[in-house]
Amino acid sequence: MSSRESILAAIKGLKLEEKPLPDIPDFEIADDLLAAFTNSLNANKGTVATKEEVEKLIEETTFLKIYSASPAFEQYSNCQIPKHPADFADLDLAIIEGQFASAENAAIWLDESNLDLRALPFITAHLVIVIKKENILGNMHQAYTRIGLTNSGFGIFIAGPSKTADIEQSLVVGAHGAMSLRVVIL
Amino acid sequence: MSHPENATVFLKDKARAKWHDETLWIVREKRDATIHQIPEWEKLRELASQIKDHTLSKLDFYLEELEKNASANGIKVHWAENAEEHNQIVASILKEKNCKAIVKSKSILTEECHLNPYLEERGIEVVDTDLGERIIQFLKQPPSHIVMPAIHLKKSDISDIFHEKLHTEKGNVDPVYLTHAARLHLREKFLQAKVAITGVNFAVAETGEFVVCTNEGNADMGVHLADTHIACMGIEKLIPRRKDLGVFLRLLARSATGQSITNYNSHFRSPSPGKELHLILVNNGRTKQLGREKFRNSLKCIRCGACMNTCPIYRRSGGFSYGSTVPGPIGSILSPGIDLKKYSTLPFASTLCGSCSDVCPVKINIHEQLYEWRQEITKAQGSSLKGLSMKLANGIFKSPLAYRLSGKMMRASLKSLPDSIIYNPLNAWGKGRNLPDLPEESFKAWYKKNRS
Ligand code: SF4
Repeated sequence: MSSRESILAAIKGLKLEEKPLPDIPDFEIADDLLAAFTNSLNANKGTVATKEEVEKLIEETTFLKIYSASPAFEQYSNCQIPKHPADFADLDLAIIEGQFASAENAAIWLDESNLDLRALPFITAHLVIVIKKENILGNMHQAYTRIGLTNSGFGIFIAGPSKTADIEQSLVVGAHGAMSLRVVIL
Repeated sequence: MSHPENATVFLKDKARAKWHDETLWIVREKRDATIHQIPEWEKLRELASQIKDHTLSKLDFYLEELEKNASANGIKVHWAENAEEHNQIVASILKEKNCKAIVKSKSILTEECHLNPYLEERGIEVVDTDLGERIIQFLKQPPSHIVMPAIHLKKSDISDIFHEKLHTEKGNVDPVYLTHAARLHLREKFLQAKVAITGVNFAVAETGEFVVCTNEGNADMGVHLADTHIACMGIEKLIPRRKDLGVFLRLLARSATGQSITNYNSHFRSPSPGKELHLILVNNGRTKQLGREKFRNSLKCIRCGACMNTCPIYRRSGGFSYGSTVPGPIGSILSPGIDLKKYSTLPFASTLCGSCSDVCPVKINIHEQLYEWRQEITKAQGSSLKGLSMKLANGIFKSPLAYRLSGKMMRASLKSLPDSIIYNPLNAWGKGRNLPDLPEESFKAWYKKNRS
């Protein structure tokens, strides 16, 4: 008997009585979604920035390599998606569009239609995500309702920059992935 | 070694033991602060518990659903009856890819299966990429906590090992400096790796996808740069519907560290064009635990670590004192199911205060199961485990202070006791504080009743 068969047979052999699967009800959400989103994002060590602030940042810093998948920042994009993701190891800034966000925890949903390259939001040194104000939802239940059963090979909720507290519980931003996350709300 | 003996070793360094205790308590307090912002918290726990109960009651059906849907997505699904078979599957994929070095993100299952030594014996370099895991890997130690693997270490320890391995400045203990040194070191590994291994937080039967949560982004750095992604999961990690993730992602990080969500929550559904995605479904004793009615719902665990952070014994004895892959209260009910004799002292490493059950996001009745295991172990005394329970009792009650703490005094506030008494190495467990009401039958009462 294969392991597949033996595992399934062992479970079937128990003849467990089926327990009910509950429905997930609606829960109350924050009145001011933008304020709630901003608070959550700050707690996750990300920041809200205006389009002008990001433009100023690009102009004043020495970001050599910038990739924008967002039409709002198209003019700053100065490279193409490489054939191998490792060739983006020197990417300074990535700008991408998020589909929607959940205010309770600042989790922003993106899938392959937003990413161009799966490694993009992780390998870049700094990350900017652009979302529309009307796409800030209340909580994760609303977010999953919005996702529905759409099919993308890869999808992700990003809620902040890469961070760790593994050294004596001191919070350090920039563990492996993006060292900063700015969210532009249009 | 028994748990009380190991705990005594941990408590030899009083200052460190105190720090460990206090730090974990801070994490527990962060959890409390965050859940108070969610009015529906109790409802969410109830939902999570029901969803898991339901899934476990039809686990065969959902496993087949997962396999069907994942295969249709282009994921290669493997089944492993035990740790050995799991390790063989991983090794055979690596062999096929002619791969000699892998990057791995945190996976308690691969710890359980002892994958690292298995691969290393076969000449494969395994790089754990979670910062805490990399630190303990350098030190050749197992994790002492399932969420914070290096919580037993001080920054001076980490500075020393990084100086040795990564040539950081001697004596520089700045966490930012040390983290960035690790970042540079691990980037190199990420950029070279052809195969990346991850664990799985949740697998969704309906869509055939699985979700991996990290704060560091190390799982994603690994898998998106590699050509092959191997994900390893225990068969209990399943949930039926995608929308169930809404419930679990709201509970997991808040319970674990008090953050509202982990910063990266990746949903893997199919491989990138030209790449490979493998999913290994591992039993390793889980169907046996499913068959034990009293202990079945320990399989609902989502590995948040909250029961460890709150446990007065775990905080004061450290993760290594348990000698099992999963330490703390949940480890003490999972491990005896794997090897009753080896882990027979663990169900006694508890005051039965019930704080673990109070914080558990999936409402596992942990302290009741600890009590049940004690009865099983006492029953076994007459047969193969003859004399064991008296030995246990001797171990635990060797120190009169520990005995009193484990019983009556746990109920009272011990805040007024000086630290020198509380963290005395003779006191295997240390002080009690902020504990919820004890169950009616205390440990001491239980002991009185059962010692005849
Ligand atoms: S038993 Fe509950 S509290 Fe403990 S790790 Fe598992 S889910 Fe978390």
